[in-house]
Amino acid sequence: MQSHFPRFSIALVSACALSYEILLTRLFSIIQWHHFAYMIISLALLGYGVSGTFLTLFRARLIRHFAQAFIINIVLFGISTLMCFLIAQQVPFNAEEILWDRSQLLWLSLIYLVLMLPFFFVANAIGLALMARGESISRIYAADMTGAGLGSIAIIVLLYALLPNDILRFIAVAGLFAAFVAGQELRLQKPLFSWLLLLLCAVPLLLPGRWLELSVSPYKGLEQLLRIDGTHIVNTRSSPLGLIQVVRSDKVPLRHAPGLSINATSEPPDQIAVFTDGDNMSVINKHENHGQALKFLYQFTNAAPYHLTQAQRVLVIGAGTGADIFQARLYNVPAIDAVELNPQIIDLVTRDYAAYSGDPYALPGVTTHVVEARGFMSASRREYDVIQTSLLDAYGASSAGLYALNESYLYTVQALQESIRHLSSNGFLSITRWVKLPPRDSIKLFATAIEALQGLGVQQPGQQLLLLRGWQTSTLLIKKSPVTRLDIARLTQFCRERSFDMAYYPGIQADAVNQFNILRQPYFYDATMQLLSANKTQYINDYKFNITPATDNKPYFFNFFKWTLLPELLQLKGKGGMVLVEWGYMVMIATLVLAVIASAVLIVVPLFFMQRGADTSPRHNRLLFSLLYFFALGLAFLFVEIAFIQKFILFLHHPVFSVAVTLAAFLLFAGLGSAYSVTLQSRHGRRISLNAAVIGIVSLCLFYSVFSDAVFGMFLALPELLKFVLAIVFIAPLAFAMGMPFPLALSFLHQHQPGLVPWVWGVNGCASVLSAILASIIAVHFGFIVVILTAALLYLLAALVFPLIVRQSA
Amino acid sequence: MQTLTHPLSIADGNAIMLSSRFGVRRYVFLLLLSCVCLIFHAMPSLADAEGAEDPYADARRAMLKEINKDVEQTSLYLNKQALDSRVMATLGRVPRHLFVPASQRRYAYENRPLPIGHGQTISQPYIVAIMTDLIKPLPQYRVLEIGTGSGYQAAVLGQLVKDVYTIEIIRDLGEQAQLRFNALQYDNIHSRIGDGYYGWPEAAPFDAIVVTAAASHIPAPLIQQLKPGGQMIIPVGSRFLVQQLVIVEKNQSGQLKTRQILPVRFVPLTGDH
Repeated sequence: MQSHFPRFSIALVSACALSYEILLTRLFSIIQWHHFAYMIISLALLGYGVSGTFLTLFRARLIRHFAQAFIINIVLFGISTLMCFLIAQQVPFNAEEILWDRSQLLWLSLIYLVLMLPFFFVANAIGLALMARGESISRIYAADMTGAGLGSIAIIVLLYALLPNDILRFIAVAGLFAAFVAGQELRLQKPLFSWLLLLLCAVPLLLPGRWLELSVSPYKGLEQLLRIDGTHIVNTRSSPLGLIQVVRSDKVPLRHAPGLSINATSEPPDQIAVFTDGDNMSVINKHENHGQALKFLYQFTNAAPYHLTQAQRVLVIGAGTGADIFQARLYNVPAIDAVELNPQIIDLVTRDYAAYSGDPYALPGVTTHVVEARGFMSASRREYDVIQTSLLDAYGASSAGLYALNESYLYTVQALQESIRHLSSNGFLSITRWVKLPPRDSIKLFATAIEALQGLGVQQPGQQLLLLRGWQTSTLLIKKSPVTRLDIARLTQFCRERSFDMAYYPGIQADAVNQFNILRQPYFYDATMQLLSANKTQYINDYKFNITPATDNKPYFFNFFKWTLLPELLQLKGKGGMVLVEWGYMVMIATLVLAVIASAVLIVVPLFFMQRGADTSPRHNRLLFSLLYFFALGLAFLFVEIAFIQKFILFLHHPVFSVAVTLAAFLLFAGLGSAYSVTLQSRHGRRISLNAAVIGIVSLCLFYSVFSDAVFGMFLALPELLKFVLAIVFIAPLAFAMGMPFPLALSFLHQHQPGLVPWVWGVNGCASVLSAILASIIAVHFGFIVVILTAALLYLLAALVFPLIVRQSA
Repeated sequence: MQTLTHPLSIADGNAIMLSSRFGVRRYVFLLLLSCVCLIFHAMPSLADAEGAEDPYADARRAMLKEINKDVEQTSLYLNKQALDSRVMATLGRVPRHLFVPASQRRYAYENRPLPIGHGQTISQPYIVAIMTDLIKPLPQYRVLEIGTGSGYQAAVLGQLVKDVYTIEIIRDLGEQAQLRFNALQYDNIHSRIGDGYYGWPEAAPFDAIVVTAAASHIPAPLIQQLKPGGQMIIPVGSRFLVQQLVIVEKNQSGQLKTRQILPVRFVPLTGDH
């Protein structure tokens, strides 16, 4: 009995836990907002840390009743996955009131506590197995890792196949089924109990569907629209990229046309709304009268490039519901390449609403590419007269800085260079952004364009740039060759007819700006002048927001936060000043602070209790070294994983597949590594095995830091499937080695100081939570290469500490 | 004076209907409802509020001070040190607590936006103040408001101009606001429920238009209904946080210009400004 450990139930419950974690992020992105989803889930994972404390306190009793405790925790996990979410979504938390209404903090804490429970139970189950079946630690850890790896693939498949709230039910069933499997594996003596466990699996299936309906914040775009008479959801689709909901409004036309010139006299055509995650509204325009109804598309800032060149071939990036395709067609562009990442959007326009939309993707001369923009660019050899990148994010989220911590490979220096390379000799790259006050996006983009052009060897980047703005949007035009007088004359006329302002063209004078959309000072013009002067670096440093160009290594275009801004903003708290706060970053810092405090408590509290136990009184040094060792491992593992996910987004060109492949490969091969560590240890001893693993990890990390771009570059043009295989080949050896250090040390502790096992399990859990947050913060400030190098250093630290842990037993 | 019992009971009745759709949530809701009732009972009655001793008078004065302070701090953007005294006097008179749900009444005079149900909010008093001031309301003015909401902005305008025409698209909100206008005998406020895009052509042209509804662009019919020399004002942002105010000015020859104002004390560029 002792040698038997419940491998399948551990794998299944780990798979459920990882799926649940990703699902919760999706669910909270729908009912709240993405950045709060991130915060809530990060902190809920502290349930792993709480479990370490709990197991330490009740270790002896739990080991005595291992089978029962193990099964009960899995049952509680299964039940709580469903119940805790249902309770959490009923909590009336409103993020936007948090500045004024202190009770919102209480509601937020309640959500954390409730959502911590499922992770607490699953961590208990696995931690219990590690404690009670210590002789199989490597295999238990392997089962845990392998299960999680399979879970990461399963959830991606499920998110395509089912709606998020149905997946919740599915995970609950699978979790409860894991309890039944555990019963079989642990050979429970009472068959009735086993059958009861099996019956329990059916309970989530019996819950009425309306219990699982999502309670979406009433302040999200979709909920706001649904308040209007005659609006109803007519289509819903799920994918890991987001929940798409299509809304028709029978009584009141939607008239969605952000950025439309104030001079436009015609009403936008009839429209159908498309929401992603209950917000970020875009529309399908009704195609009537042979496209006559779409003539309002002439009236946006992004129409400018078509007035400067008779474009023959256009690339539309983020073609979405097709407005930019129709716009190009209005200007008689014969050949259009339309790139869109989300096939479900294309499907909506081309199948469900083909007649309504005029099926833009099927127009003669239009070629559709379902791929991420950078991927398309790197594989394509074509040249374009216009490359059109319009607004890809909703104003609300953008202006509140909610995307601050979202990586975007579209607005980096390298991305612009790649686009410029694809321009024909007189072609224009056109990028449209929301106008914010004080200016942020447009100016940062201008700075990025200057750097991109300089990097391509252009001596006078100012000669190839044009910037115009309306009251809502600004469009930056980057020309492959110097801008001509004719270009300027045409653009000036275009702007005058639409009451748009010129903010920059070569040779612009102060009296030509700030004429139609009047700002207190000509901020945009001033900024472009400064950025093109010798004073550029100083200006960027002094500017209150972060307008340093984003790069592929630090792809945070949307992060405008500067620490120097904080004191001023805090002074303005409650006075409306918070509109200027870059929420994404602030939320991240708040999450880190809370996680650090909670982790410290969770790590320190069990120590007081451990001291009292007869068999668990550890030597302080070993305690400290164990803490260092497992904390370093917890941080480093996720550092590497997160950095690689980012690196592979550029290689695999699809965030969802990149996350799925990277996560699954890391976890599965780490699982294999863990299982193999037993053999390695028996042949070469524990210390040599660990040193070998760490040398492998560090050298591979260094190799990828230096050569990944070159290596990726060699294979970029390969077919997708081959690239996925290559990605797995790249990850496998690293992950395999990374799977070893944890079980090698834990099995040692089990033999020599078993009382520490649950504690270091908790330490590792807390470190993992901190790791995810810290990785993003390090990446924002120093880039992903530094994240990988830090991880390598942490593994080295672990290797240095390990002999000290072992020596204490001598 | 008639009390505002009716609008409040409408709100509660709707909430009960909503909750019944969600089955078990009913219990949670009943619990919440009891809390709301308790709070409601703890509040001074509406009749008291309109009585000889206005229990909210001090709170209102404090609110005016807050607004003044904010205005001083944002004078750079507003191009003035203080708002029109008529505007401030009006804000000192209009019973804002009657425009918020009972559960929010105790915060009614705090300088912050409040939820009013239906995913909508009553704007921060400071924002109402500067928006009102920016359109430079004169007693002979005819003003159109798109997005009645609670009715507070219309109530403030109603005290300053000859006629206010206000349109709300969410039926419940529109009906509640109408009841409030009737109860407070704001006879120069004309309200309507429906789509605001086409404005109120029968009453056009307007000296000023206030668009508080979420607008993705400036509707052409509204520009047509704006008198030459008139102004339209649009707050841009989320329901709780106004990010900028956009003012559309139509000159005597019908040409349009916009001005964008950051309603926050903040020096956007480098230190020397």
